[in-house]
Amino acid sequence: MSAGLWLALAGGLLGATMAQAEGVVAPSDVVFEDGAVAVSLTGAPGNPENGPDIINKGSGNCIACHQVSALPDLAFQGEIGPPLDGVGDRWSEAQLRGIVANAKMMFDESMMPAFYKTEGFIRLGDEFTGKAHAGEVTPILTAEQVEDVVAYLLTLKD
Amino acid sequence: MFQGKGALALAIGGALSLIAAGSVVADEPAKLVVNGEIEMVTETEAPAHLDAFDTIYSGWTFRTPETRMLQMDDFDNPAMVFVDQAAEAWDTVDGSEGKSCASCHGDVAEGMAGVRAVYPKWNEAAGKVRTLVQQVNDCRETRMGAEPWKYDGGKMVAMESLISVQSRGMPVNVAIDGPAQSTWEQGKDLYYTRFGQLELSCANCHENNYGTMIRADHLSQGQINGFPVYRLKNTKLNTAHARFKGCVRDTRAETFNPGSPEFVALELYVASRGNGLSVEAPSVRN
Repeated sequence: MSAGLWLALAGGLLGATMAQAEGVVAPSDVVFEDGAVAVSLTGAPGNPENGPDIINKGSGNCIACHQVSALPDLAFQGEIGPPLDGVGDRWSEAQLRGIVANAKMMFDESMMPAFYKTEGFIRLGDEFTGKAHAGEVTPILTAEQVEDVVAYLLTLKD
Repeated sequence: MFQGKGALALAIGGALSLIAAGSVVADEPAKLVVNGEIEMVTETEAPAHLDAFDTIYSGWTFRTPETRMLQMDDFDNPAMVFVDQAAEAWDTVDGSEGKSCASCHGDVAEGMAGVRAVYPKWNEAAGKVRTLVQQVNDCRETRMGAEPWKYDGGKMVAMESLISVQSRGMPVNVAIDGPAQSTWEQGKDLYYTRFGQLELSCANCHENNYGTMIRADHLSQGQINGFPVYRLKNTKLNTAHARFKGCVRDTRAETFNPGSPEFVALELYVASRGNGLSVEAPSVRN
């Protein structure tokens, strides 16, 4: 391997480490208090404008189980969980962050998947291939996506 | 007829209301009678071992009137062409012993009547629970000297359907006690295990949320009395194991393979949750 490639690799690793160090809370380091997470996972406020894309199929797919009246363009809204209308009134930012990151910390046995968790799965697969997962586990949503969707949910007021 | 919380929710479900309109029309078929003569039990008291439900419902009751109608006449049921192919295979000699299925079992209507209803079933000689598919392949290998068929391949699913047709209208009645009990318990454990990154068990959807919509899917109780199932979605016959495989895969898990010990156990357990419903196979679903 050339010295140049080594340098590039080392630089990449350094970059990733620095990004992590700059305030992103790793999934295993998230602190829950009564199911809520007080601190932003990125250290910064989320962007609510990204919320609808994350809620849609192909990303967080919240809409598979929850209804959001403010997003009528998203077809086939599910009925498994409670509608998200008004959640910005019913829950605090910290509570919403905790529910999105790992709802089971607040609601024992909740059916809701944990969107910011990388450990403790049974027969973890490689996405939807049905094959075993190999390598580093990434959460379903990134820290930034969690913050963005939380910021959006806070705008859903009755 | 199944009337769950889904019916109300469907009516207010925005884009879903078009579909809902179909499921509440007055002339919907409320009873499943096939060919005007085979009366199916699609709703009945839950078996004693099942605490979760008072009433069990066939998946037929969750489908649209149009889909339900397709199962009411064999001329409309797209699966029957495959059943006809299997009927030919039944009489066709294959393997080193010069035998066909008919050589030992005679006319399929007589030889196979009631068989589907009690499978999966304990096999004393094998010392384990066998599915109907495994029994067919055991016959092919040990009695016919023929190659086994792929577990969920086209020839096998057609043969499983042909054999099931001979039990249509009979109540599912798989044994869960005696030597089958430990396999049944294993299947029950699997049913309640939350697999994959989405951490979902069979029960999360089909026990706790049947009757509601998960995105565009109307969740049923996950009964398998209609399997093999002709799905309009993929226009072919589907085995219960293929459906299990897809469901576990969709939890973002490493799934199990058709014919695996895990899915044999799961088939026994899920079949037992439908003890009392009629054998419907080959049924038609979306």
